Amino acid sequence: MAPGYLRAGPTGPRLLPPAAEDLRAHLARHGPVPYRGGAGLLIPDVRAAGLTGRGGAGFPAHRKLAIVAAARGRKVVVGNGAESEPASRKDAVLLRDAPHLVLDGLQLAAEATGAAAAVLYLHRGGHAAVLRAVAERQAAGVDRLPVTIAEAPPRFLAGQETALVSRVGGGPALPRFGLPRVSERGVAGAPTCVHNVETLAHLALIARHGPRWFRAAGTAAEPGTMLTTTYEAAADGKPRCLVAEAPIGTPLADLLPGLPGAQALLVGGFHGTWLPARTAATLTLDNQALGRHGAALGAGVLAALPAGRCGLAEAARVTRYLAAESAGQCGPCLNGLPRIAAAMAELAGPRPRRTTREDAERWAGLVTGRGACHHPDGTARFVRSALAAFAPELSRHAGGQCSAPGSRPFLPLPDGMPAAEDDWM
Amino acid sequence: MGGYQARRAQPGTRTLRVDPIQCTGHGVCAELLPELIATDEWGYPVIDPRPVPPALEAEARKTVAACPALALRLVRE
Repeated sequence: MAPGYLRAGPTGPRLLPPAAEDLRAHLARHGPVPYRGGAGLLIPDVRAAGLTGRGGAGFPAHRKLAIVAAARGRKVVVGNGAESEPASRKDAVLLRDAPHLVLDGLQLAAEATGAAAAVLYLHRGGHAAVLRAVAERQAAGVDRLPVTIAEAPPRFLAGQETALVSRVGGGPALPRFGLPRVSERGVAGAPTCVHNVETLAHLALIARHGPRWFRAAGTAAEPGTMLTTTYEAAADGKPRCLVAEAPIGTPLADLLPGLPGAQALLVGGFHGTWLPARTAATLTLDNQALGRHGAALGAGVLAALPAGRCGLAEAARVTRYLAAESAGQCGPCLNGLPRIAAAMAELAGPRPRRTTREDAERWAGLVTGRGACHHPDGTARFVRSALAAFAPELSRHAGGQCSAPGSRPFLPLPDGMPAAEDDWM
Repeated sequence: MGGYQARRAQPGTRTLRVDPIQCTGHGVCAELLPELIATDEWGYPVIDPRPVPPALEAEARKTVAACPALALRLVRE
């Protein structure tokens, strides 16, 4: 499915160009890379701009830069373009249409941290535009550091920061536990600054236009624009996927015109939170507003499940996928997620046992906070919010009814399940 | 080093942590220190997140040393 475009917002699009840009078009629009001439010099501007990471966690972007800038020895920067959330398309669209903005940001992050190596971490295949862009820049001598490409396996957790560091270092893309942080000890032991590719693109614009310009869009607490991937039902009932750049703080109903008539909104992707559509239609695209309802933007996935679909069936499919995507390293996740998935499958069918909902809730509580990474926590959040948002459907199923028996799947999942345990390379 | 010594002498500032990747669910820890460690229904430890009380610190140390997977740690908060 090719994502469409929506470029919303009073400040207009910043990242997404009207059409895909090669180096010449990029230079015409943005000019050359605004190198600052030394390590650390860009970091105060990034801090003043209030840029937060756009990969999901939303931490202040300047902190990782500052920690790695202060570290000694050989350092590495990595642009994380391994968008591993099946519902997210925004990084793929950004890399296709504005690859040079991302690559500018990677060079600037390398300069700011004093890194000796710059890596772009991407899924295998489908990134012809960015590979072309890297070659164009090499030929034109634009980059100070050569960019190497590292390949991510097609796994949900492959983009997780510690998994990325392991994979870029030549190992499997498996999360690791605890300290030290990758900013202290990352790729092959080197202090490593990992930023999502959208974060790098914003950084490239902050370097050009300054923090005040950046803050002209967004809210005071969460400045700037962000890329979102939205799903709504088209007239034929099939899901329609759009990648949109919007100022943070935009009403969700502006991004999803059909939201008031929908059933529920999934905010933040498969580690995210289901909200009843009535609630979501009153909210805005920012963590302050969403946080009051237990939700967070994550990497900007917003999926409005239309009426006439079974939310429990959707949630059960996704939970099964998430269980299969456990790295299997931690006991609670390895044991708990398949049980939660089985419980959700039962709840998605007619007349589940009376204890099954309680079991799912209990297991969700039991796995939370007990993994090396946040996979069990995110899965538990998804499941608990589904059980709350689809409570009316649970009652129907208890009585042997379903509001949409056998309805077509709405949320996108990869074809087939991961084949083997050894495909983490 | 003086600061290190001083902090070390302070009671109640350490908590038990398990490395969930290393942990193989032997359950030795829950047997030795049931006051702070329970097991879930799959045999993996569920650890009291609060600081270890001073009266249990010696026991906690022994439990850490007894973990066959070397997965249990006593960490300073």
